[in-house]
Amino acid sequence: MLATIGVADAAALFADIPAAYRFPAYELPPALSESEILRELQALAEANADAGHVPCFRGAGAYNHFVPSVVRALTGRGEFATTYTPYQPEVSQGTLQAHFEYQSMLATLTGMDAANVSHYDGATAAAEAVIMALKVREGHAARVVLSPTLPPQYRAVIRTYLQGVPGEIVGEELPHGDLAALAAAVDENTACLLVANPDFLGRLYTPDEMRAPAEAVHAVGGLFAVGVDPISLGLFTPPGAYGADIVTGEGQCLGNELNFGGPYLGLFATRTQYVRKSAGRIVGETTDCQGRRGYVLTLSTREQHIRREKASSNICSNEALNALAAAIYLASMGASGLRRVAELCWHKAHYAADRLGSLPGFRVAPGRFFKEFVLHCPAPVAELNRRLRAEYGLLGGYAPGEDYPDLADAMLVCVTEMNPRAEIDRLADALAALTR
Amino acid sequence: MIEPLLIELSKPGRCGTSLPALDVPETPLPAEGLRDELPLPELAEPQVVRHYTHLSQLNYAIDTVFYPLGSCTMKYNPKVDDVAATQPGFTRLHPLTAEEDAQGALRLMLALQRLLAEIGGFAAVSLLPAAGAQGELIGVLMIRKYLYDRGETARRVVLVPDSAHGTNPATTAMSGLTVRQVPSDARGNVDLAALGALIDELGPQLLGLMLTNPNTLGLFDEGLTEIIARVHNAGGLVYGDGANLNALLGALKPGHMGFDVMHFNLHKTFATPHGGGGPGAGTVAASAALADYLPAPLVGEVDGLVRWVTPAHTVGRMKAFGGNFAVLVRAYVYLRMLGADGLRAVSENAVINANYLQARLRDLYPIPHGDRRCMHEFVAQGLLAGAPGVKTLDIAKRLLDFGIHPPTVYFPLIVPEALMIEPTETESKETLDYFIDTMRQIADEARNTPDLLTTAPHNTPLCRLDEVKAARQPSLCWLK
Repeated sequence: MLATIGVADAAALFADIPAAYRFPAYELPPALSESEILRELQALAEANADAGHVPCFRGAGAYNHFVPSVVRALTGRGEFATTYTPYQPEVSQGTLQAHFEYQSMLATLTGMDAANVSHYDGATAAAEAVIMALKVREGHAARVVLSPTLPPQYRAVIRTYLQGVPGEIVGEELPHGDLAALAAAVDENTACLLVANPDFLGRLYTPDEMRAPAEAVHAVGGLFAVGVDPISLGLFTPPGAYGADIVTGEGQCLGNELNFGGPYLGLFATRTQYVRKSAGRIVGETTDCQGRRGYVLTLSTREQHIRREKASSNICSNEALNALAAAIYLASMGASGLRRVAELCWHKAHYAADRLGSLPGFRVAPGRFFKEFVLHCPAPVAELNRRLRAEYGLLGGYAPGEDYPDLADAMLVCVTEMNPRAEIDRLADALAALTR
Repeated sequence: MIEPLLIELSKPGRCGTSLPALDVPETPLPAEGLRDELPLPELAEPQVVRHYTHLSQLNYAIDTVFYPLGSCTMKYNPKVDDVAATQPGFTRLHPLTAEEDAQGALRLMLALQRLLAEIGGFAAVSLLPAAGAQGELIGVLMIRKYLYDRGETARRVVLVPDSAHGTNPATTAMSGLTVRQVPSDARGNVDLAALGALIDELGPQLLGLMLTNPNTLGLFDEGLTEIIARVHNAGGLVYGDGANLNALLGALKPGHMGFDVMHFNLHKTFATPHGGGGPGAGTVAASAALADYLPAPLVGEVDGLVRWVTPAHTVGRMKAFGGNFAVLVRAYVYLRMLGADGLRAVSENAVINANYLQARLRDLYPIPHGDRRCMHEFVAQGLLAGAPGVKTLDIAKRLLDFGIHPPTVYFPLIVPEALMIEPTETESKETLDYFIDTMRQIADEARNTPDLLTTAPHNTPLCRLDEVKAARQPSLCWLK
């Protein structure tokens, strides 16, 4: 090959690199064989207290739900996992149809008209929702109202994304859980209002409660964006039915593993009228030259590879394989399975709230919730969690006090279909013993 | 055969999985706020498996075919990476686990940060970005904040060469900054005279330059030292787009040449699978001056434990949690199995393979910069003498009939009818020769039987799809 190229050695092909910088020394550990690296990685994996070994009552944006075996078996197929973005539709119908089906199921679940193939995670999906709303209202409105119980990380990411563009973010300073105060923060300069339901503290708002902020922002021509837990939509009214213009959320709980924080799945769905302003890849149905049904990436003139600086976002790679996992999850669960998962979460979380809330000194925050609830504790939460782990082998709830100073004594407890009654009882007994 | 949609396979009452029985007392569901319908498909498990298996068989992938998609670095993805990454100690680890209980994961991240810093020649690395484009956004926002913290708030223009990926100008716009395009010269380098004129014109408005090197023509810019010096002398900073880092592994540490911030695509250079479009990981690296501006959180060693740490002047949080961890595990395994010698073998073989293809295709297709040695990829043109009716698109579609995924087409934008070819280092000479033979046959067909090309593909599950119809009358959901 070198002779064909016309060079004596490979080094000659790097002659354009300035000599002073060419072929530097590298301080790297020696190469390992497959068996050696697997031994090291096994040791690293086993040095973690994962949810398979430590019963998990922690959520706060990442959830321990069941992943059916078919999800890994099918997403692991090389024909899905080792393919690129489906730019050549004739040899990408597998990915394209699977993503069209994903979009369809997400639209069904959220009550929206259309969905995209994904954003990086729930936080960046929320940021892209805000950016889209600002574009839709460009020249009219530049204020963004964020619910203080949108997850704190999501609010931080939105601030990072928006730091270079003009606009104003308000709402985070309001008392949490007060949708009327949020609606009152909307003014004629408001481009969008973003509310999570259920919210970061587990509260579940009724459609009637959600309609008030929806109407407030619609009255000024702004967009109403709702962040969801897609599992909750197995049971509860989809945001499309109470005025949402955009639905975003974290799709990890749909067939994706916890994976120490990623890759996750940014859900994004919206109404038809906004699709052309939205970001991210979208698959559409069409026909081939013989009239057969097929699928292609479509509306690409929104995207960076066509529109460059006029694109709706810079997003290129997304979380396509995670969207596939979500689709396989939803196909496996079906309507009855997803509803069953949601019911199990509801009953188990409420059982846990009854048990924990009746312990001496403990109190569950009032209000409706789905699978997470705020538990006020009679002892410092960090210490309780440390002892739950050390003495009882349990992963206690998240401590929201850092982000919500009035909840310094609180634990955000998450219960899913993965927590058998015995685990919940163990948590109750442990907390009772630790505060006796 | 057309695979039916899930919704067409659905029969009420079926479920593809089993769930535990309720083992606690029931709590009545609320009277208000329940959904009245949930029209999701209902299938049994074997149907689900067959549906997705059938769908998978409609795809071309690295595991099945040659995939020389320029600038996408479609190299083989080692299976050991998947085995290592799917251990329960990783997959079932909650991101908000106490640091003491996640030392295995955090130690891996720290080790990967250090490996990538060494390979890139940078002071610090963040593993946070989910993709190259997110790395770019972080990097440009870091540069902006660094300069604005120093009072240089007039700087708001970013220079981007005309050969750049679309993400570069899109990132600039998303950061609230303005793009100015820099032309390329006759040898495919950044036009130094034009760059100088732009820098002079912009004066104190220059924020910096985003530069892909090797560029999207597959060429190492011969004026790189000068380009970086000129931007720095004007008070701007240089962002490195690492999409093409595969050409430089073991050959050059970009940080040493003066790039201030740079992203690496782990899903290109470090062999993690592309997943049909993602997930990726676009880790971002910084010089010592900008290290404190990296996004939060990084991992660092504090009192013998690996902990989450927030850089002093961080640009902010970019994701809900600490990075696409399962992708990071795969990249770590890949790197540890390479070592320093393996690292250099990657770039050498990638560059040899690309130059071999360029040398053998030069007589068959126009190659605008074919007089130069390319790096890991090169750009040919689908313009064939004696075949006026044939376009690059036709050549790409005809390649599908031979079981080859086409190169990147119509990019870079500065080359008409571009075919951007990146073979990667993991392809054998036999595969490269098959590609050359096929390209020769296609060139012959273009002259003798052009209809074969303009109506291609013929051997794929579907023939050409009507993209205009899809865009004009969007049908994005089976509900309509």
